[in-house]
Amino acid sequence: MSRISTDQVKHVANLARLAITEEEANTLTQQLDKIITFAEQLNEVDTDHVEPTSHVLEIKNVMREDVAKPGLPNEEVLKNAPEHQDGQIKVPPIIE
Amino acid sequence: MSLFDQKVSDLHELLHKKEITVSDLVETSYKRISEVEGKVQAFLTLDEENARHKAKALDERIGQADEKGLLFGMPIGIKDNIVTKNLRTTCASKILENFDPIYDATVMGKLHQAETVTIGKLNMDEFAMGSSTENSGFKDTRNPWSLDRVPGGSSGGSAAAVAAGEVLFSLGSDTGGSIRQPASFCGVVGMKPTYGLVSRFGLVAFASSLDQIGPVTRTVEDNAYLLKAIAGHDEMDSTSANVAVPDYVSALSGDIKGLKIAVPKEYLGEGVKEEVKQSVLDALKVLEKLGASWEEVSLPHSKYALSTYYLLSSSEASANLSRFDGVRYGYRSPDAQNLLDMYKMTREQGFGDEVKRRIMLGTFALSSGYYDAYYKKAQKVRTLIKKDFEDIFQKYDVIIGPTTPTPAFKIGENLADPMTMYVNDILTIPVNLAGVPGISVPCGFSEGLPLGLQIIGKHFDESLVYKVAHAFEQATDYHKQKPQL
Repeated sequence: MSRISTDQVKHVANLARLAITEEEANTLTQQLDKIITFAEQLNEVDTDHVEPTSHVLEIKNVMREDVAKPGLPNEEVLKNAPEHQDGQIKVPPIIE
Repeated sequence: MSLFDQKVSDLHELLHKKEITVSDLVETSYKRISEVEGKVQAFLTLDEENARHKAKALDERIGQADEKGLLFGMPIGIKDNIVTKNLRTTCASKILENFDPIYDATVMGKLHQAETVTIGKLNMDEFAMGSSTENSGFKDTRNPWSLDRVPGGSSGGSAAAVAAGEVLFSLGSDTGGSIRQPASFCGVVGMKPTYGLVSRFGLVAFASSLDQIGPVTRTVEDNAYLLKAIAGHDEMDSTSANVAVPDYVSALSGDIKGLKIAVPKEYLGEGVKEEVKQSVLDALKVLEKLGASWEEVSLPHSKYALSTYYLLSSSEASANLSRFDGVRYGYRSPDAQNLLDMYKMTREQGFGDEVKRRIMLGTFALSSGYYDAYYKKAQKVRTLIKKDFEDIFQKYDVIIGPTTPTPAFKIGENLADPMTMYVNDILTIPVNLAGVPGISVPCGFSEGLPLGLQIIGKHFDESLVYKVAHAFEQATDYHKQKPQL
């Protein structure tokens, strides 16, 4: 049984904001199915009483003083923006 | 004979005796680049004008009071996922083809303090995802030992440039083996430090809980000097460890009498080429002669490391790479009529196949209904993998095995099936999952291709890792061999 369908792949691509082609959807279905099937070997491992590790070091809640600092200059912020106007980043229409 | 055949400490002395200048060092780089770069293709961007200008300025100051530190004037190459102010930084991705950073990574600030000279930015797998540098959006870097073979990856440019003598040393980054594997393939020394030792601020994030920046060098001593320069706590990275950075070079005594080495049977098992196993067994004999002893041990969860790694690293990547949306920087698709299409088309056109595959895998593993089964399960197995290492380090000082199962493979050989490419990293991935330091040092050749010995230590025990690596290096001459280009 396959672990992931082409419809699921298209749904995930939408979540990931990728406009994949029909051909890519088919290829990705096969490739992801193979990778996920392999990854299911983890089900062999008994993890009932095991805590998850998200991070290897014992660092928690790193805080700093809540002091306002100057932000980036406007021209630097805009330096790499693909499109800008009047000191602001410009994007295509959000509401039609 | 190139100036780069000498160690940093020797070059430093030559500078002080006024036998050479910083300009000589920088010209050594660019001359070599003009000779061999057409074959090796390690660089994405050169910074010639600034490097020459800086060299002249540094030459004025040799021997003066404000000239300090061993790395003064040393030419370095930087992996292209480390942001460099006003120097194009692409991550080898079309999506960042024209990205000109407005700030320096913390490691770059530290290198500026040490007054190294940046020669250029080095090729890599796109966003550091890959094991061959073939996933670069711009060019294939070639292995200086055999131009039809890959240099490894993802820091393929960093390793190839050092092996080819284009720079004295370089910085790479290692998420699942991306410093150690190319170092092994190219016959140079590559260190993945303890997670948290080197600031990740300004390292374009791939998998934040695994990524570390580290040095690639010709010798262990140079590696220790370079790590010392870039390590240390940074308030700009909340996962940066607040620990003192020792003087690693002072640990290089050559004395490893009484050292207890663990050799995991899983690292000499199935899939590991016979010559690779033999080179490790020969290396262990060398270390025994120096007074160390070794025993076979087991890291029982090793076989689950690959699955764990791909689920976790891809999940983290899918979140990290969401910032590339065509709004604030990088490529924007000109074809879109509305915002949502702009995101989707920008990302579809800007990312390469491997990056898209991993974003897809990660998005799937984090999606509703699958999170517990894949992502959380992998996090739990990670705990067991980490514990395997802790158990071994109760009784042993270091763990030793090969860096890679095989020497460098041919360009194109592993491209058809992502899984065959992933298997390259089975011996390096567990080290990132556990967060411990690991180094690769040259330990032999198979049909003219370099092999690497991997030495793994406890958290923040880089000094001992370097000590063992150095003792081995001094007892052998593999590191003195150079590719004929």
